[in-house]
Amino acid sequence: MDSSAPPKRQLVIPGEPIDARGLKPGEGTFVEDGKVFASQLGIRAEHQGYVDVIPIGGRYIPRTDDEVVGQVVDIGPSHWLIDIASPYPAPLHATESPWRVEFGETSRFLEVGDAVLVKVFNVDETKRVQVTMRDRGLRRLTGGQIVEISHSKVPRIIGKGGSMISMVKQYTKTQAFVGQNGRIWIDGEVGDIVNAVRAIHMIDEHAQALGLTEAVEAFLEGIYGKRGA
Amino acid sequence: MEDIEHFEKEIQLVDGTGRRLDGRALDELRPIKIEAGVLKRADGSAYLEWGDNRVLAAVYGPREAHPRHLQNPSRALVQCRYNMAPFSVSDRKRPGPDRRSVEISKVTSEAFSAVVFTEQFPRTSVDIFIEVLQADAGTRCAGITAASVALADAGIPMRDLVVACASGKIAGQVALDLDKEEDNFGDADCPMAIVPRTGEIVLLQMDGHLTEDEFDRATKYSMDAAMRIYELQKDALRRRYAVRALEEERAEPGVIQ
Repeated sequence: MDSSAPPKRQLVIPGEPIDARGLKPGEGTFVEDGKVFASQLGIRAEHQGYVDVIPIGGRYIPRTDDEVVGQVVDIGPSHWLIDIASPYPAPLHATESPWRVEFGETSRFLEVGDAVLVKVFNVDETKRVQVTMRDRGLRRLTGGQIVEISHSKVPRIIGKGGSMISMVKQYTKTQAFVGQNGRIWIDGEVGDIVNAVRAIHMIDEHAQALGLTEAVEAFLEGIYGKRGA
Repeated sequence: MEDIEHFEKEIQLVDGTGRRLDGRALDELRPIKIEAGVLKRADGSAYLEWGDNRVLAAVYGPREAHPRHLQNPSRALVQCRYNMAPFSVSDRKRPGPDRRSVEISKVTSEAFSAVVFTEQFPRTSVDIFIEVLQADAGTRCAGITAASVALADAGIPMRDLVVACASGKIAGQVALDLDKEEDNFGDADCPMAIVPRTGEIVLLQMDGHLTEDEFDRATKYSMDAAMRIYELQKDALRRRYAVRALEEERAEPGVIQ
């Protein structure tokens, strides 16, 4: 990279011009008079020929193929309405469930308040969202606990190649699933869940801290002893 | 009660050297302090001190618009509530919306509709709450300036921040950013909300009369001041997030292994 390159992680404010350097305008940006500007508060990033703004805050906006943790908030005769922690409620049609559901029998399978693991399979231009449970690993979640964090911190919770979450799972001997919407489901022994939740809150609060993986590992080691011991 | 409306002439708002009651020059702003992200529960927030004005702004959303018949299938609504605390003025203000605050809420939401990328969030609403804790003239401008920082803090996509500032006429002279005495005993007050990057005006109101020349002068004063306030807004957001961004840069080698 040449010396005129902007700092690797630069905070941008809505309306601020972005140094695009021949890159295409990506997410969190807009173009006016041939110049690229940030549309959101975030960090400037380059990715596959695009210049993006990675938002710091903001609500979760569903995208196709996202796997999310949802909660049933309403039931119709042939569908359930799932809250996926976004501005848009997501209907789950009976035909998209893994069961053979007769008309009007929906509540026999999922009740209001049930947690489900669903996948976003369609989002149209008016942001009408449809979710499905007809895919591998998608199911109703029984037992365990759900923790909610900001969706923008999900990559940190997961870690590079899933390293962070699998470490937490290994130490605490829990099962966990991190939804793209920032909801995390954890199941295991009560004490272990509590520790896993504490580890997640730690990652959430110190998402940008130096040597986070080591800090979390040290925290878990303090409770469970060395890994594999 | 004293009839303050017709009490004029005796107060000299500008002295011979062009200084005002509080010692400011005609084109000088009151001191402004902005802080971003002061509230935990709201999606975004900001606190602003502008002279003796104290304003708190909070933003929620985009969230599902209620009642549902208000939803627009092609864009988000920008809704605003401007409210003055009962203790914000010297005579207790009767709580609740009144004609004035309903109007200010309306013009504020219209000003922000012009900059928010509403088409990105169809059927939702972005809700802005402006609470005036202490008032000393120019609260709508203070509210808009604060709300704009709160919107950015909430991660709402926008074309630019909005800056608002008033200019007016006191003792026959055009002046920037009137305070309470100047507003009460002055001749005109003209609040403006500006999109600094493009120079667009998204709110323009006027109380009193200005000649065309005076108006041009007032606009210039407000425009120049807006650029200065814009820097303060950006600075507030940077202060809130720069530390984190810096840490992130350092943290990277530690996290990726």
